Amino acid sequence: MAASTHSTAESTKMDGAMPLKSRPAAAAFILFFGLAAMLFGLALSVSVGAADIKLATVWEAVFRFNPDLQQHQIIRELRIPRALAGALVGACLAVAGAIMQGMTRNPLADSGLLGLNAGASAALALTFALAPASSFLYIMLYCFIGAAAASILVFGIGSLSHSGLTPLRLTLAGAAVSALLLAVSQGVAILFHLSQDIAFWMAGGIGGANWTQLRIMTPWITGALILAMLLSRSITLLSLGRDVAAGLGQRTRLVQFIGMIVVVILAGAAVSTVGPIAFVGLIIPHITRYLVGVDYRWILPCSAVLGSLLIIFADIAARLINAPYETPIGALIAVIGVPFFVYLASKRKGEL
Amino acid sequence: MNRFQASPAVKPRRSRDITIISLLAILIIVMFVISMNTGLMRLSPLDVLHTLLGGGTEQQKLILFDFRLPRIVISILVGAGFAVSGCILQGLSRNALAEPSTLGINAGAGFAVIIFISFVPDTTAAHIYVLPLMALVGAVLTAALIYGLSYRREDGLSPTRMILIGIAVGAGIYAFQLILSLRLDPQNFQFVSIWLAGKIWGGDWRFVLALLPWIVILLPYTFYKSRVLNLLSLGDQTSAGLGLPVEKERILLLAAAVILSGACVAVSGGIGFVGLIAPHLARRLVGPKHQVLLPACALVGALLLITADTIARWILQPAELPTGIVVAIIGAPYFLYLLARSKA
Repeated sequence: MAASTHSTAESTKMDGAMPLKSRPAAAAFILFFGLAAMLFGLALSVSVGAADIKLATVWEAVFRFNPDLQQHQIIRELRIPRALAGALVGACLAVAGAIMQGMTRNPLADSGLLGLNAGASAALALTFALAPASSFLYIMLYCFIGAAAASILVFGIGSLSHSGLTPLRLTLAGAAVSALLLAVSQGVAILFHLSQDIAFWMAGGIGGANWTQLRIMTPWITGALILAMLLSRSITLLSLGRDVAAGLGQRTRLVQFIGMIVVVILAGAAVSTVGPIAFVGLIIPHITRYLVGVDYRWILPCSAVLGSLLIIFADIAARLINAPYETPIGALIAVIGVPFFVYLASKRKGEL
Repeated sequence: MNRFQASPAVKPRRSRDITIISLLAILIIVMFVISMNTGLMRLSPLDVLHTLLGGGTEQQKLILFDFRLPRIVISILVGAGFAVSGCILQGLSRNALAEPSTLGINAGAGFAVIIFISFVPDTTAAHIYVLPLMALVGAVLTAALIYGLSYRREDGLSPTRMILIGIAVGAGIYAFQLILSLRLDPQNFQFVSIWLAGKIWGGDWRFVLALLPWIVILLPYTFYKSRVLNLLSLGDQTSAGLGLPVEKERILLLAAAVILSGACVAVSGGIGFVGLIAPHLARRLVGPKHQVLLPACALVGALLLITADTIARWILQPAELPTGIVVAIIGAPYFLYLLARSKA
C-alpha cells in the first residue's frame, strides 16, 4: 500500500481492447483515401492564408508559373514549401511515435513527451546562440545529436531500475529530461537575448519552412522512413514482447538500436524545421492501430499518412483561427492531445 | 515506517533531530551572509555585518536593504513554501515523485498570471498584490481539474494516474502559455519569459509582503496537521480505520499545498524541483515523521533556494540567470537519479 510507482508485467501490454488482427483492407483504404485527402489538404493549405488565393491560381502557379505575378511567387516561395513541410513533419512525428510505442510497448511514448523534441530544441537554441551562421544542414545535424542525447538519457534512466521500462517510469524520465533540456534552452535564449522568434519556433510554427530546408531534410527523412519500413516486421514482433521476439530468433538489441536511430532522425528533422510539436506521435499511432490492427507493416505507412493529414489541417486551422495572426500549431495540437492522453492514462484501471 | 508510540528510542532520535534542524538553520545563516556578499558590488562579510548592525555607507545600505535583502528573504520564503507543498503532496499521494511542478499546478498558476498580464498589460505596482491572487486561482483550478480527472469511483485516487495526468495537463497548459506570451509586446514578453523560467523578483519589499501572509498562516497550519499527514500517508483504509475523516482532511491539506505553491509561483515564476528534492533530502536527514519532517523540509527548501539564487547571481556576472534554471539543472538529474533508484 505504502509503496509508490507500482507496476506489473501486465501493465506494459498494449491496449487490451485493441483488435488483435491486422486489417490490410482498412489499411489500403486509409492509404488510398488518405493520400487523396492529402492532395486536397495541400492544395487548400496553399490557398489559405493572409492573402487568400483561389485554387485556380494555385493550379496556374504550379503548372503555368508566371514570375511577374506576386501571387504566384507567394505560392511558390512560401505556401508550397510550408504545406510540404507540414506533410513531411507530420509523417515524421507520427512514425517516430509509432516506432517508439511498438518497440517499448509503451502506449504513452511520443517524441515530445519522452524528451527527444526538447533535446533537439536545446541543440537548436545552442546553435542559434553559439553559431548563428550555421547552415540548415548543420542545424539539423545538431538537432539529431540533441535528440539522440535525450533518448539515451531517458531510456538509460528508464532501464536502470529493476522493473525496467514501465510506462510510468518512462514518462517521468521523459518529463524530467524535458524539464532539464527546456531549462537549458531557456537559459541560453535569455543569456544570448534570442528574440521572440525563437519562442515562436519553440511553440511550433511551420511558417518559416523554405525550399532549402525541404531539399536538405527530405533525403534524410526518406531514408529514415524506408529504414522504418524495412524494420516494420521486426517492430511487430517486438510489440508482442521482447521474449517472444527473441524466441523467434530476432536480434532484439540490434532492431531496437536501429529503431532508435530512425526515431532520432525523424524527430530531429521534424524539430529542426517546425519546433517541438508534441502529441502527434502519441495520438496518431493509437488511432492507426485501432483502425488497421497490429501489423506494423501497415501501421507505419498509415501513421505517416494520418500524421501528415493532422499537421496539414492543423496548420490550416492555425492560420484561420485568429487571422491574420498565426496560432502556434504546437498549442493547437495540445488541445487535442491532452484530452487524448488523459483518456489513455485513465482508461487503465489501477496502476500503470 | 512511522513510529507513533513513545518508545525509549524516541529520545536520542529527538536530540538528533534538534541537532540537524539547528545545523540547517546555521547553514541558512551562513548562506545568507554569502548571498549578501554576492553581486556586482563587492562587499566583504565584515561590511555586510557592519551594515546590518546599523553602520555602513548610504550606498552599502541601499544595496543590502533595498536590493539584496528582499530577494534573499523571498528565496527563503519561496523555498520553504515549495518544499512544504511538495512534502504534503508526496505524503497525500504516497508517491515519492509528486510535487507541484510535476503535477502541473505550477503551470496552472503561471498560466493565470500570464492571462492577467495579457489583459492588463502594464507591469506596475498594483500587480504585485493581484498576481499572487491570480496565481492562487490558477493553481486551485488546475489542482481541481487534475483531481477530478484522476479520481475514479471504483479505485479512488490513483497516485500514478494523478501524476501522469498532471504531466499531460502541465504540457497542455505550457502550450497555451506560449500562445499567450507570443501575443505580448516585446517588453512584457521579456518579463514573462524570464519570470516563467523562474526568477526571484528582487529589489522590492512589497513582494515579500505579498507572499508573507500565506507562508505565515499555512506553514504553522501544516505543522499543526502533521499527525494527520502521518496517518494519511499510511493509506486511506488505515486512516479511516483509525477514525480520521479521510476525505475532508485530504482536501484541506491538498488545498494548503496548492495555495502554498500558487503563492510561491506568483513571486518566483516556475521554479520546479524544489518541492521534489527538499522533502527527499529532509526525509533522509530526519526520517518520515511529519512533526519533524515538515519543519526540516521547510529549512532544506529555503537553504536550497537561497543557494541556487546565489549561484544564479554569481555564475555569469554581470549577466544573471533565472534561479529556476539553476534549480532545474541541479534538480532534474537528481529526479532522474531518484527515478533510477526507486523500486517498483
